[in-house]
Amino acid sequence: MLPTLLSQIVNGLVLGSLIGLIALGYTMVYGIIQLINFAHGEIFMIGAYGGLAMFTYLLPTFVQQQWYLALPLLLLAGAGVSVGVALIMERFAYRPLRNAPRLAPLITALGVSVALQEGVRVFYPGATAALPFPKVFVQGTWAIPVPGGTVPLRWTGLLIIVVSLVLAFALNSFVNNSRMGRAMRATSQDRDVARLMGIDPDRVIVLTFVLGATLAGVAGILYGADLGFINIDIGFQNGIFAFTAAVLGGIGSIKGAVAGGLSIGLIKALGGQYLPGGTAYDYVWIFVVLIAVLVFRPQGFFGETERVRA
Amino acid sequence: MTGSSTFLEVRDLTVAYGAIQAVRDVSFTVEEGQIVSLIGSNGAGKTTTLRTISGLLRPVSGEVLLGGVPIHKLPAHEILGRGVAHSPEGRRLFARMTVEENLRLGAYTRKDEAGIVSDLDRIFDLFPVLGERRRNKAGLFSGGEQQMLAIGRSLMSRPKLLMLDEPSMGLSPIMTQKIFSTVRDLQQQGTTVLLVEQNALSALALSDRAYVIDLGRTTLSGTGRELLADPRVQEAYLGEGVAS
Ligand SMILES: Nc1ncnc2c1ncn2[C@@H]1O[C@H](COP(=O)(O)OP(=O)(O)OP(=O)(O)O)[C@@H](O)[C@H]1O
Ligand SMILES: [Mg+2]
Repeated sequence: MLPTLLSQIVNGLVLGSLIGLIALGYTMVYGIIQLINFAHGEIFMIGAYGGLAMFTYLLPTFVQQQWYLALPLLLLAGAGVSVGVALIMERFAYRPLRNAPRLAPLITALGVSVALQEGVRVFYPGATAALPFPKVFVQGTWAIPVPGGTVPLRWTGLLIIVVSLVLAFALNSFVNNSRMGRAMRATSQDRDVARLMGIDPDRVIVLTFVLGATLAGVAGILYGADLGFINIDIGFQNGIFAFTAAVLGGIGSIKGAVAGGLSIGLIKALGGQYLPGGTAYDYVWIFVVLIAVLVFRPQGFFGETERVRA
Repeated sequence: MTGSSTFLEVRDLTVAYGAIQAVRDVSFTVEEGQIVSLIGSNGAGKTTTLRTISGLLRPVSGEVLLGGVPIHKLPAHEILGRGVAHSPEGRRLFARMTVEENLRLGAYTRKDEAGIVSDLDRIFDLFPVLGERRRNKAGLFSGGEQQMLAIGRSLMSRPKLLMLDEPSMGLSPIMTQKIFSTVRDLQQQGTTVLLVEQNALSALALSDRAYVIDLGRTTLSGTGRELLADPRVQEAYLGEGVAS
């Protein structure tokens, strides 16, 4: 009994911290420009393909075979590709719509999402089917001894938890303590007054997209390394989870994105194990909880009621 | 204090929100070292004028010259860099940030940490209550304290021209006096001030020069004293304040 429960908690934490990492990108962009960037899931997906491309086409064999050489390079490639695509997207799709009614950038985001997904399908060799992702971290599992048995934790799962939490803490401290972080919070609270302080909103917005895309690119590599394969749908699936996590945690809130991600991971894992219907219904429980939370606390766990804009 | 050179010149400024013209052909000048007020009733276009000077709005026509250089096409964040600070109507503090964070945002464009720290101390000398509560969130403060913080924040960029939009709004008479005497001190230390006020009596008493804006146009101008004595001003803006 206990080992099963703990195993599902472990599964939930692995998935949840990955979702949280992606959710940070949704929540930061929303916090700054009140845009739900539906293409953010695709930025995650494209990071995974960027890493795969580097591994397949650029790395010499001896680097491919040493995970401690290959993994950092893939993380850089994944983050780099995600950031590059996000910068193009911000500059050419969203910036021209900066002063348009809010529906326009929202629909554009959906369009960008479809374009990126189809772009990878058409242009990445073999992307019409799932592609194997290289094993760029220690394989196998750590059997954690507990009363009544053991709890398996994949090393790649442990990697996901550790990297996600470290990056989330780093981001939180950057936003709270640095000069640019202060500029981000100021822009999010009152864009015009931020401009009166000498803050260039475009720079802040670009920085926000860069930070979100970096985390998404890293998440893409970690996801591929853990699962062992990727396909072009992973952005959509995980993007929906991550967006839900951001809303659940309180959109705009960094802590909320992480808490929301972990909650969703745990609900999915534990609901799939213990609730009627099993894993066939685990998505249902996620959204049941979302609805229940929003009924009683529309701003999510850490959201600010005052954030609602005129 | 001789105020020989023109620091800010607004020439035939017209500003619109969509089809509504909020400011029409407004012209005035601010000499270096002076306190200049814009007075006028609700909706006259005073705030719109300040927002255009600081670059938040673009004029339909007309010019804003700073030291003779046109600035009305520059983005707001660059105008601050030219020495113009704007403390907006309603204070607009970053409510979820601390006093110190608000002040540091005022100094956002500066890189001299030592100078920033000494200016923080200067503000805390000027307004001791801010120093005592420097780690408290700005949103929890009273109106008067918030106004002190708003002024402090706009001083942190070491502006040559300080624009204050209704600094006495919602304040007690004592607090209003405190704010106005601070404005006078700032002038004595060399800051040029452009003041927008509904509280015309206090503003005129303080001003070297004042302009009356009515329905988007400048209708009267003169020294503070002249306007205080002007029957049209007394009737329209001073009410019983002068009679008593
Ligand atoms: N954002 C806006 N959109 C449309 N019209 C506006 C906007 N802001 C102000 N106006 C209009 O422009 C005119 C001038 O407004 P403004 O705020 O500049 O006046 P004001 O002199 O500052 O008034 P008050 O003393 O009430 O602050 C008013 O008629 C106002 O209704
Ligand atoms: Mg006004």
